[in-house]
Amino acid sequence: MAVAQRVASSTQIWRLKEIAARMRIDIIEMLAKAGSGHPGGSLSAIDILVCLYFSQMRYDSKRPDWPDRDRFVLSKGHAVPAQYAVMAEAGYFPRQELMTLRQLNSRLQGHPVNTALPGIEACTGALGQGLSVAQGMALASRLEGDKFHVYCMIGDGESQEGQIWEASMSAPKFKLDTLTVILDNNNGQIDGHVTEVMNLAPIADKWRAFNWNVLEIDGHDMQQILDALAQAKATKGKPTLIWARTVKGKGVSFMEDQIAWHGTAPNAEQAAKALAELRAAYSRLQQERP
Amino acid sequence: MPAKATRDAFGEALLKMGERFPNVVAMDADLSKSTKSELFAKKFPNRFFEFGIAEANMVGTAAGLGLSGKVPFACSFACFISSRFDQVRISVAYSKANVRLVGSHAGIAIGEDGYSQQGLEDLALMRSLPGMAIIQPADDLETEGAVEFLCTYQGPAYLRTTRQKVERVNREGYRFEFGKAVELRPGGKDAVIFASGGELYLSLKAAEMLERDGLSVGVINIHTIKPLDTAAVLNAAGRTKILVTAEDHQIIGGLGSAVSEAVAEAGLGHRLLRIGLKDTFGESGSPEQVLAKHKMDAAGIAEQIRERFR
Repeated sequence: MAVAQRVASSTQIWRLKEIAARMRIDIIEMLAKAGSGHPGGSLSAIDILVCLYFSQMRYDSKRPDWPDRDRFVLSKGHAVPAQYAVMAEAGYFPRQELMTLRQLNSRLQGHPVNTALPGIEACTGALGQGLSVAQGMALASRLEGDKFHVYCMIGDGESQEGQIWEASMSAPKFKLDTLTVILDNNNGQIDGHVTEVMNLAPIADKWRAFNWNVLEIDGHDMQQILDALAQAKATKGKPTLIWARTVKGKGVSFMEDQIAWHGTAPNAEQAAKALAELRAAYSRLQQERP
Repeated sequence: MPAKATRDAFGEALLKMGERFPNVVAMDADLSKSTKSELFAKKFPNRFFEFGIAEANMVGTAAGLGLSGKVPFACSFACFISSRFDQVRISVAYSKANVRLVGSHAGIAIGEDGYSQQGLEDLALMRSLPGMAIIQPADDLETEGAVEFLCTYQGPAYLRTTRQKVERVNREGYRFEFGKAVELRPGGKDAVIFASGGELYLSLKAAEMLERDGLSVGVINIHTIKPLDTAAVLNAAGRTKILVTAEDHQIIGGLGSAVSEAVAEAGLGHRLLRIGLKDTFGESGSPEQVLAKHKMDAAGIAEQIRERFR
């Protein structure tokens, strides 16, 4: 289904772009400091995460256990540097803590851990599991009178896991309209392009066939992301899958669509080059300020 | 009191607790008639979720419910729920989700269906997970007490029930105490049997048989397999010659291992006899036949202990 156009103000769109541009810098700095981690999938996911955390979701970063908060489950847990970046920006923890990523005793574990960091909703990263967990949260919301909405991001490589399709069967059966799934379709996984390793196409047709409301967007277009999230929330009687076509490594020229950058952190030289690009992009954005 | 399967006692207890605890929900994966979650399902249709034959999705969904203030009882056969280990490990245990995994059809005593339906490694798997409580009740009274306990307990837990009827071993008015072993047959100068679940009443019968042979055998109920009541184990070790464990599970990784580890770590160098399935697969046959073949019925338990005194 095409996404109905709702025009967000140009100021709002610019603000989201500005945050995303800074978050990309944070991601590269965190990964370079950590010396390991997953830049490709973090950079493909970040624009969507920025829209979720700074436009769509209802939460209070000072009360991460607020029972009525909207939930976000990052099922593709390896992209958690992107989530840590937006959580710091949202005030869940001090920004300087970002530089402890993957270090001993850090709350910022290599994959998300809810018992370590308030605001993370569940342990994920063993791929295929987060969608079921998000579904459980949406059922809990239903039992409380649809008090909150649950968002879950999955990957296209992750969708090779059978559990994803078990959950894709059950959520429409339960008519879970408080569940919105965003498929970060960056076409990359460790062993190659998803289309070659284990092709999922036609993936939107598969979700439609499983009775989901499917919306197709460019996952780096803020207006399209906002429109899809709003439309998903307004849809009644069935869950929504937002099929977001994204670019792995988006924003860093030498990382874009390069499989090697799935799970390799930049060294000092590469980080400097990436950061120079990202800072130049940020400067250009400043000049476009409405 | 007629014998009753602990799965039946579970279904009745869950129904009862459903009234008292509005946060309790239940789910099943096409086995609600067997696990007995159907009693709850009929009474509370809005709080029951049927997943079809998709246990991984059920376990993960239970985690989400448990992380959102509900107390989900996710039910299937012991073998099927424990073999969704990746989901139990990350979504439930690591996330510290308030989930009650209920595995019915424990052990070879399910009989005819054979090994693929027999939960025989579930305790080993569950024991390996940090913070996973494991309860295996031995009769209907204990099952109800355990279910009631689990309605307010904080943290992930595994409850193991039997398909077959088991005789009551506890007295009316019995109060379940999590983590506390119960001495059901005092004494045991010669041997003490640590038994759990469906093997408990059979162990009591075996102890009676052995008494007629002049052997003094005590029986201790280990309903909570994790955390183990180590003090009770070591206490019994101090007063007997042979420590025996009896469980309908592989002798590797379950109660037998738990007791062995406690005794070995305390440096007691005690003689040990582990009764259970001895590193082999289960098989078809009537429950009585398979238990007898693997020397896990009362006569078989007595025989294995007697041999140690020859």
